[in-house]
Amino acid sequence: MTIEFNTETFRGDFTYHNSPEAIARFPFPFHEDKYMYSVNIEPHISFRPGSVYEHPFDVDEHYVSEVADRALVLNEDPLRSQSLPHMNLAGWDLLELLMTNFSQSYPQWFELHQDGDRWHWINRPLGIDDTFTFLDNTTLPYGPMEYIMRQTQGDYALLDQRDDNLWMDAGVITTQADWSLDFDIGMNFMEWHGPVPLAHELGVFDRALKFLLNLRQGQPVRRLNWTMTVHPRLDTSPENYAKWGVDRATVTPENAGEYMYLRVELQSLWRLPRSNAIVFPIRCYLISLQDLVTIPKWGRRLHRVLRDLPDELADYKGLTMTRPSVLQYLSQFDDGAQTSAGTFPD
Amino acid sequence: MTKSADRTPKIDVRVTQIVDVTSEIKRFRFEPTDGKPLPVFAGGAHVVVEMEDGDTLRRNPYSLMSSPGATDAYNISVRRDPGGRGGSMFMHDRVTVGSLLRLSHPVNLFPIDRRARKHLLFAGGIGITPTLAMMSELARYGDAFELNYAVRSENDGAYLDQLRNTYGKRVSIYRDDQGEQIPLTTLLAAQPLGTHLYVCGPGGMMNWVLSTAEGLGWPAQNLHSERFLAPPSGSPYEVRLAASDLSIKVGPHQSMLEAIEAAGVDAPYLCRGGACGQCETRVVSFDGDLLHNDHYLTDDEHAGGQKVMPCVSRFEGRELVLDR
Repeated sequence: MTIEFNTETFRGDFTYHNSPEAIARFPFPFHEDKYMYSVNIEPHISFRPGSVYEHPFDVDEHYVSEVADRALVLNEDPLRSQSLPHMNLAGWDLLELLMTNFSQSYPQWFELHQDGDRWHWINRPLGIDDTFTFLDNTTLPYGPMEYIMRQTQGDYALLDQRDDNLWMDAGVITTQADWSLDFDIGMNFMEWHGPVPLAHELGVFDRALKFLLNLRQGQPVRRLNWTMTVHPRLDTSPENYAKWGVDRATVTPENAGEYMYLRVELQSLWRLPRSNAIVFPIRCYLISLQDLVTIPKWGRRLHRVLRDLPDELADYKGLTMTRPSVLQYLSQFDDGAQTSAGTFPD
Repeated sequence: MTKSADRTPKIDVRVTQIVDVTSEIKRFRFEPTDGKPLPVFAGGAHVVVEMEDGDTLRRNPYSLMSSPGATDAYNISVRRDPGGRGGSMFMHDRVTVGSLLRLSHPVNLFPIDRRARKHLLFAGGIGITPTLAMMSELARYGDAFELNYAVRSENDGAYLDQLRNTYGKRVSIYRDDQGEQIPLTTLLAAQPLGTHLYVCGPGGMMNWVLSTAEGLGWPAQNLHSERFLAPPSGSPYEVRLAASDLSIKVGPHQSMLEAIEAAGVDAPYLCRGGACGQCETRVVSFDGDLLHNDHYLTDDEHAGGQKVMPCVSRFEGRELVLDR
């Protein structure tokens, strides 16, 4: 696939934009006209060429600019990248996973040459050409996790498996929907999910944890999560709440189409071979409402989902203040007609 | 890589070497038939080996003893167990160089804890197999470790010379026929804080090591073990699979899981040894006794009669109906 990489910003002047192709392949998360939590995990297998599900790790037109935004975040706040000492091996597992998959999926952009432990990595979009020794930290400019994450879209958490639980012991988190790695690091699965309303009572996390403890090499899984953001800002972190929280008060029915973005996380879960850890990529996709409603089914469905969303969920997802304006805007695109099942456009 | 009836990806391998390690133990070397690198794994991992033995499809877990970084071949060692269900006999008597087998991807239920300041390893008999892979990994990363290895005799002990030559003073070998016994209490009391303990061997040895450590105040999180639990045999019985609308017979030497699989019903599994929980099945109803042989369900769950682990547990009585 030949695409141009966008030159765009996710802060300040917000020049972020989606091409028509990016709009068409957007991972719209709702398969029906309402939303409730579920353990909506499915095998992470290749599906629908051209879609975000075609490759194990999707690289799109936003790659170069997202990576640049991540570098800005990390330079401002180094605590967004942390790795407890016992997670170094997991970091090497992750580096291998991403390098092998990027080079297999996108040989026009990425090359990996392995001569025993001597590896040669070429990343053309970023102009990187590095040789290093696998498992030797002294041969890379950063630890292995941070090294490869500085060339990757999406947040990645590395989870150590022990004591019948998963522990968030490493990660690079710069494109998050309002959670903090520095606060969560060292917590276990139940602890870091503590704030999520309703899901605990539904037993969602008990089942999810049991399933993940038995996650196998060679059988990754995926699911979608979603929220909304004002402006196409990737770094909606608690650390920077003072910068973006106030944006919620600026949304009106007139500007909602332009200002409000549906934010979808394509999450996957992989068992790592040497460390036996689990890596949890959280790949963030943004689409403005005015772009989204160009797909009529999505305009109708999103209106209905948001209209009927329980208040606790809306509050937890930070939608309370903007919901009235969003609903008023979207109602223009909901004529009450039936919508087809599934997430893809008609 | 191929897909099997249980829909998990498998690795097709050819046996390229068989070595008599002791009078009872053979080592098998597997190489991938497609020539591609085998998956890397972590010490302590096992693979489930699929063997077609006439009408019976056997699936036995065996620990990977080879170096975790080696991707050209896997090595396993199998102890011939004439009193078992036939899997080890099949490996010893029927598998030859050139035989084709299928392996699951590596699964690790016995990993090294990377927070440990020191790793204290205990192995007995064939329990040395996962321990070999773990030591290879620990040595590779420069971690502190010691091995205490109990064997029946010098001749029956597998890999004794290799261990002495490779690891020197870090290995202590205890030969039962010489009256050598692991000085367990002294050893455990002398370890620095932050030591983690790993044990794999006969059930009696494992119970002894774990209970002694617990009695000395070692935290449960620092104790790691892997039991090779084969499905016990018993009287045959029938099971009704409600979701599949089938009735199946479970043979005396066949596990419930194997009988379900033989009927063409897709049932989840992972370790096939009663430890991991993946095969947990809802009991719709039963009139008789559930014979729980697993280490996964709680005592309350065993008594509750609503769940069973078909990989190792059995049933006696008039009727058992499962949600499969």
